[in-house]
Amino acid sequence: MFTLFRRVFFAVLLLSASHNLLANNADTQPSLTELSQQLISANYKEKAALADQIALIEDDQTIVILQALLDSRLYYVKSNGQLLLVDSSGEPDSAQDAFTLQAVTGLGKRDIKKIGVNNSLRVALRSLISRAQISSKHKSQRMAAAQNLLKSSDDIDRAFIDQALQRETDNSVAEVLHLVRALMQLKADQTEERIEGLTALDGALYPEVRAGLSEFIRSFSDEEKLSRKNEYQLAQTTLTDIEKLVSINGYIENLYFGLALGAVLLLAAIGLAITFGVMGVINMAHGEMIMLGAYTTYVVQLLMPEHIGLSLVVAVPAAFLVSGLVGVLIERGVIRHLYGRPLETLLATFGISLILQQAVRSIFSPLNREVATPEWMAGTFMINPALELTWNRLYIIIFSLMVLALLALVLKRTLFGLQMRAVTMNRPMASSMGIKTGWVDALTFGLGSGIAGIAGVALSQLTNVGPNLGQAYIIDSFMVVVFGGVGNLWGTLVGAMTLGVANKIFEPLAGAVLAKIMVLVFIILFIQKRPRGLFALKGRAVDNG
Amino acid sequence: MTQTKQFGPLTRLLMNDAAGRKLLLVLVLMAVFIPLSNLLLPEGSFFHVSTYTMTLLGKYLCYALLAIAVDLIWGYCGILSLGHGAFFALGGYAMGMYLMRQIGDRGVYGNPELPDFMVFLNWTELPWYWLGFDQFWFAMLMVLLAPGILAFVFGALAFRSRVTGVYLSIITQALTYALLLAFFRNDMGFGGNNGLTDFKDILGYSLQSDNTRAVLFVASVLALILGYLISRFIVTSKLGRVLVAIRDSESRARFLGYRVEHYKLFVFVVSSMLAGVAGALYVPQVGIINPGEFAPINSIEIIIWVAVGGRGTLFGAVIGAMLVNYAKTYFTGAFAELWLFMLGGLFVLTTLYLPKGVVGLWAQLKEKYQQKKYQAEAEDNPPALNTETQSKAAPEQQDKLNFVQGEKV
Repeated sequence: MFTLFRRVFFAVLLLSASHNLLANNADTQPSLTELSQQLISANYKEKAALADQIALIEDDQTIVILQALLDSRLYYVKSNGQLLLVDSSGEPDSAQDAFTLQAVTGLGKRDIKKIGVNNSLRVALRSLISRAQISSKHKSQRMAAAQNLLKSSDDIDRAFIDQALQRETDNSVAEVLHLVRALMQLKADQTEERIEGLTALDGALYPEVRAGLSEFIRSFSDEEKLSRKNEYQLAQTTLTDIEKLVSINGYIENLYFGLALGAVLLLAAIGLAITFGVMGVINMAHGEMIMLGAYTTYVVQLLMPEHIGLSLVVAVPAAFLVSGLVGVLIERGVIRHLYGRPLETLLATFGISLILQQAVRSIFSPLNREVATPEWMAGTFMINPALELTWNRLYIIIFSLMVLALLALVLKRTLFGLQMRAVTMNRPMASSMGIKTGWVDALTFGLGSGIAGIAGVALSQLTNVGPNLGQAYIIDSFMVVVFGGVGNLWGTLVGAMTLGVANKIFEPLAGAVLAKIMVLVFIILFIQKRPRGLFALKGRAVDNG
Repeated sequence: MTQTKQFGPLTRLLMNDAAGRKLLLVLVLMAVFIPLSNLLLPEGSFFHVSTYTMTLLGKYLCYALLAIAVDLIWGYCGILSLGHGAFFALGGYAMGMYLMRQIGDRGVYGNPELPDFMVFLNWTELPWYWLGFDQFWFAMLMVLLAPGILAFVFGALAFRSRVTGVYLSIITQALTYALLLAFFRNDMGFGGNNGLTDFKDILGYSLQSDNTRAVLFVASVLALILGYLISRFIVTSKLGRVLVAIRDSESRARFLGYRVEHYKLFVFVVSSMLAGVAGALYVPQVGIINPGEFAPINSIEIIIWVAVGGRGTLFGAVIGAMLVNYAKTYFTGAFAELWLFMLGGLFVLTTLYLPKGVVGLWAQLKEKYQQKKYQAEAEDNPPALNTETQSKAAPEQQDKLNFVQGEKV
């Protein structure tokens, strides 16, 4: 009964609208301002007609005014009839001119008056706003309107959707509108129409579609399940199909998170792979190099608070230098004296890591510091309604691959890289060929530490920066190196990505902590099978003992 | 080692161990006098040892036993375990579970069967792995078995596939890290984040009373003495010789026909059990066991005790544990900020300048003196061919050689 009434009402509205359109074409078109001004003195019936006319005016302000009217936020000044937008509190302080949006001051509560609306007008206004939006010039507004319709399709009329669909030129918006239409069809009286709606919903990923479908399925009584068996089954298969798709998208999302985690691990572990691979040095202070990089980012941002985006670009070389220098210092000061004694090196570097942690704690306070994320890294991009990915993770994946490529280039194409590889393969031989192994060691250590610093810049965008930042990643980094094989960039890449993805794939199955434990146990078992990692390096340096 | 036979081996064990004899004497004296002075002397007396001090000393003794356990595998077999805190904590948890069951219905929720945290989590019955822990003998068996079985499985896997050196260190660290994460979970049924605490009594005696504390202290001393003797027995036996051979050159020992992995596994399991006992004695004295004990940093701290004291000498490990922990208690109280600097500095300095620890310092000085004498003699006679070739090796290699030489006991 109510729908019938609504249809009639709409038909009248549409008729009057088209009538007005004709009239407007004949006369000069009344402006938004004139029509809106008439709202002040109009009764509800006239208001409906006016709103109708206003909705036809192609102006960005149209929607604002209609929305304000709907929300009872449209006021006017009693003395001169100026239209005002007031916020939901109704305080005159917040008043703006409805057309210019400039603040209007000096008004008391008694100087202004609300333009009232009643329920039937509200219903009409809602559809009008949707309609105004759906016929907007901007695609994004049309998309927003269509998605809004998807959320609350109860107030609108099928004919209106059909009309919008005919007008719509953009495929993606049309798709959403089709879904709105299909959802409405589910409530139709004829079986064919409902089935048509169900077919149209197949494969739609919007959560509203899922909600609508499950509501539809729930609406079946036990007898209906038998009498409308086909329909019921179709609805169920559609829903399970959609849910399957959604879960596939969930897996893709997990994969993406896993790759991002892998990229972080790659950045963290790659320096370790270098120092361990070339020098056989276990650097337990590696995590603190990452931390230093993250704090460098923080300091750079303190120095240039106006340019957050630029500061990140500056922070990358700065962090590389800071961590690299500290690395060279550690190598010259301590590690140099401990070559050939890996266990002692491990202990000494652990001591250094404690000192660095405490130093940072004393200088910057033990509390976490927050590093701002530049705008271009924030936010998400949508691939489909069930899959939204964050930008910062994408940047980190790209960034880590860039670092890897750059490093590979340094190792393969520069003299330093050549010497480094020579030292890795056979230290005494390289030394007798005239390579200064000590010098290569120091620079290698600096390079590995510098890359850890860069990892710190990336990490500062994902987590808070604190003195324990490095600790959280050091064990994982070691796992990556051990898993991938020492001194091998490909091994590190594969190791990092495998561990990252494995962590995130197990996570929904077993919970974050258990996933981590499973990965650790897996590595402990894996190392039994291949004690030298996935890609063991062939060289003399590897066989010791 | 049965009690009746102990006299014979005891003299054999301590025959060439002057420092060990002194250490044991001090320990026995401690076991007699400290509890007596705590219980008998009035509080104002100069010789009175407060319960706080006694408990603190008892804690250090547990650490010392743990240090011996680590020294046994690291100093004598070259296995650097960065996860020995895990075995300590497992022993502690086994004891904690017994103490937890002893609380009975005196908990906050008054449930006679379930510990408080289980009631809090709405559990209705004890999980199967808590069964039996109301019996003291069973708990004590578990103190040995829980770390022992873990060490056996882990060690069998690791040593069989010849995971050695830093790789082994890293995966032992991963092991304790994994356990840390696991014990933090509430679902594990070990009290999650808070661990096990609020213990009331042990074997019916209140843990708050001075008498019980004194008994626990004596038990710690006895455990340390026993642990020392067991370790001493192992390292002075023929098996101990093989262990040292494995430490110095694993491949060579294997080529000589020794089943290296069996030796390593044996000593690893024994060491884990010693660590478990240390943990079990530690928990009633400290009054809490929580997952923090599994933290990798704790395990690494044990290494520094041994390194400071003197790796490869059992009494050195005891001295190191006492020294470092006393320093820790003092500095965390007096200059909290400085402690980590100090600890870090200790790591760097001992590895760089004191490869044989405090205990070795004396020996080092003596050796230097003897070397000078030897060099003076050598100037008269031409040096041996062997030392000639060594000095021409690459500097790193030479370092290594020097170290291996210096390491031999």
